[in-house]
Amino acid sequence: MDKYVKEKIKSRAAWAVAFILASVWFLATVLPFIYMVMNSFKGQFEMLKKGVFQLPDSWYPANYIDVLQKGISSYFIHSVIVLVISLAILLSITACASYPLSRMRFKLRNAVYALIVAGMSIPIHVTLIPIFKMSTKLGVYDSIWALIGPYVTFTIPISCYILTSFMATIPKEVEESAEIDGCNKFRNFFSIILPLSKSGLSTLAIYNGVSIWNEFSFANTLTQSKRAKTLPLAIQSFQGEYTMNIPVIMAVLVLTVLPMIALFIVLQDKLVKGLMAGAVKG
Amino acid sequence: MDNVSLLNSRQKSTRIAATVFLSPVILLMLIYIIYPIFSTFEISLNEWNGISANKVFVGLENWKTLVKDEVFWKAFLNNIILMVCSILLQMPLAVALATFLDAGGKKVNIYKVAWFLPLLMSSVAIGFLFSYALATTGGIVTTISQAFGGGKVDLLGRAPQALYAVIFVVAWQYTPFYMIYFLAGYSNISIDIYEATIIDGATRGQYFRHVALPLLRPVIYTACILSLIGSLKYFDLIYVMTGGGPGTATDLMATYMYKMSFKTFRMGYGSTVAAGMFVLVTGIALVIQRLLKVRDSVDG
Repeated sequence: MDKYVKEKIKSRAAWAVAFILASVWFLATVLPFIYMVMNSFKGQFEMLKKGVFQLPDSWYPANYIDVLQKGISSYFIHSVIVLVISLAILLSITACASYPLSRMRFKLRNAVYALIVAGMSIPIHVTLIPIFKMSTKLGVYDSIWALIGPYVTFTIPISCYILTSFMATIPKEVEESAEIDGCNKFRNFFSIILPLSKSGLSTLAIYNGVSIWNEFSFANTLTQSKRAKTLPLAIQSFQGEYTMNIPVIMAVLVLTVLPMIALFIVLQDKLVKGLMAGAVKG
Repeated sequence: MDNVSLLNSRQKSTRIAATVFLSPVILLMLIYIIYPIFSTFEISLNEWNGISANKVFVGLENWKTLVKDEVFWKAFLNNIILMVCSILLQMPLAVALATFLDAGGKKVNIYKVAWFLPLLMSSVAIGFLFSYALATTGGIVTTISQAFGGGKVDLLGRAPQALYAVIFVVAWQYTPFYMIYFLAGYSNISIDIYEATIIDGATRGQYFRHVALPLLRPVIYTACILSLIGSLKYFDLIYVMTGGGPGTATDLMATYMYKMSFKTFRMGYGSTVAAGMFVLVTGIALVIQRLLKVRDSVDG
C-alpha cells in the first residue's frame, strides 16, 4: 500500500472517531432540551406513566395556557421594566465614566480606573446582607426598585473596562480638531465620542442585558412577593404551587428560555459577540 | 507667563470635566460595593437575626467559630474541587469541540448551533432543569439506565455522586462558552499559517499540536483564569439544583453564606462567612495576579 492511501485511510478513521465523539456531546447537549420541551406538553401522570422520552399524547399546550393564566406575564413585565431602566442608567453613566478614563489625562486617572476594574472580582455575596439592610431601611424592599441599584452597580466594572478600551481606539485627531473649532469637553463627548461609540455600547447592552435578565441572587434576596418578583424567580414560585407537576415546571422553563432563543435568531453573531464581551481581558 | 496660566486653566477644566463625568459611577460604587464590604465586616462582629433591632456585639466570637467551622472549610474545599475539575474537564473539551468546528467548517454547522444552546439558558433554569433531568424518578439518566436493563440511578441524593453530578452540569453550562471563545481564537490564526503548514507536508494533527495549540495558549490561559475566579464565586445553579445538599455535600461558600443568612437568619454569622469568602477570594485573585506578572516578565 502506498503512503498516500495509508494517510487517507488514517485521516478518514480520525474523522470517523471525531464524528462519533462529537455526536456524543451533541446528544448530551440536546437531550435535556428535548426532555424539557417534550414533557412540557404532557399531563402530570402521563409523564410518569409513559416514560419521559415518549411523545406526548397531544401537542395541545395545556400547561402553557395554565401557566399564562396563573400570571407568569407579571414576572415577565417586572423583568422587562428592571432591564430597561437598569440598562438605560448603566449605559449612560458608564459612557460618561469611560470618556475621561480613556481620553483625558488627570492625576487620579489610574487609581480610579484600577478601583473600578477591581470591582469585577468582588463576590456579590459579600455585599448581600448590607444591601438587604439598606433596601429595607429605604422602604424599597420587595419592589423592583430595590434591584436597579445593585444591577447597575455590579455591571459597572466590566462595562467601564470594555468601553474604556473601546473609546481609547478612537483617533485623537477627531477630538483635537473639534477642540480647535471651539468645542469644550462636554460638547466633544456628546457630539463626537458618544456617536462613535455606538457599536461598543450595543455590545455592552447585549452582554449586560443577558446577565441582568438572568440575575438570581439579588432578586431572590430583595424581593419576596409576586408584585415584585422577576422571571428567574418564576420557576421557584411555580414549583411551590405545583410541587409534583413536573410538566408545568417544564413549560415555565421553556417560557423563560424563549426570549433568549428569539434574541439569538434575530441577532445571531451579534449576540455571540456580546456574550463573549466579558472574556476579552488581555 | 501666559502659557503657564493657559496650561493651568486647561488642566483645571479637564479636572472639572473628569469629576463630573466620573461622579455617578463612583457614587454608585461607594453605595453598593465599598460601603457594603465594610458593613459586612462590621456586622460580622455581632450576633443578629437580621430583623430585630437588637444586635449584640460579640467581638471576634463569630470569626473564632468560622475558623473552626468544618462546614465552611468543607464548602471552601468544594469550591476548590469545582475549580480544579472545571478546568480539567471544560478546557480540553472546549478545545476539542472548537478544533472539530474549525476543521469541519460549514459542514458541521448543526453541531455548532446545538453545542451553543446551553449558553442561551440562565443558570437558574439550568439548575431546575437538571434537578429533574437527574432525578431518580422520571430523570434522563435513570431512563437511559433502565433502557439498558440497569436500575434507578440516584445522582443527586448521595454524597460523593452529587458533587460530581454538579460538576458535570457546570461543565454542560460553561463548555460552550469556552468553545466559542477558542473558536474565535482559531479564527484569529491567519489562513496563511495553516496553508504554509500543510504545504510543508504537515498533517492536521501536526498542525494542531505544533502550530495551533501554541498560538492558542494565551487564549486558553485567559479562559482558565476566568473559570478559576468564576468557580470561587459560584452560586445560582447549585443553590437551585441541590441547595447544597444532600446535607452539606455540595455546599459552596456562597450557598453556605446564603443559607446561614437568609434561611436560618443568623445574619451576624452569615456576614462572617461572607467576609471570610471575600478574604479568600481576594487573596487567591491577588496570588494569581502576581503569578501572571511573573509569567509575563518571563515571557516578554
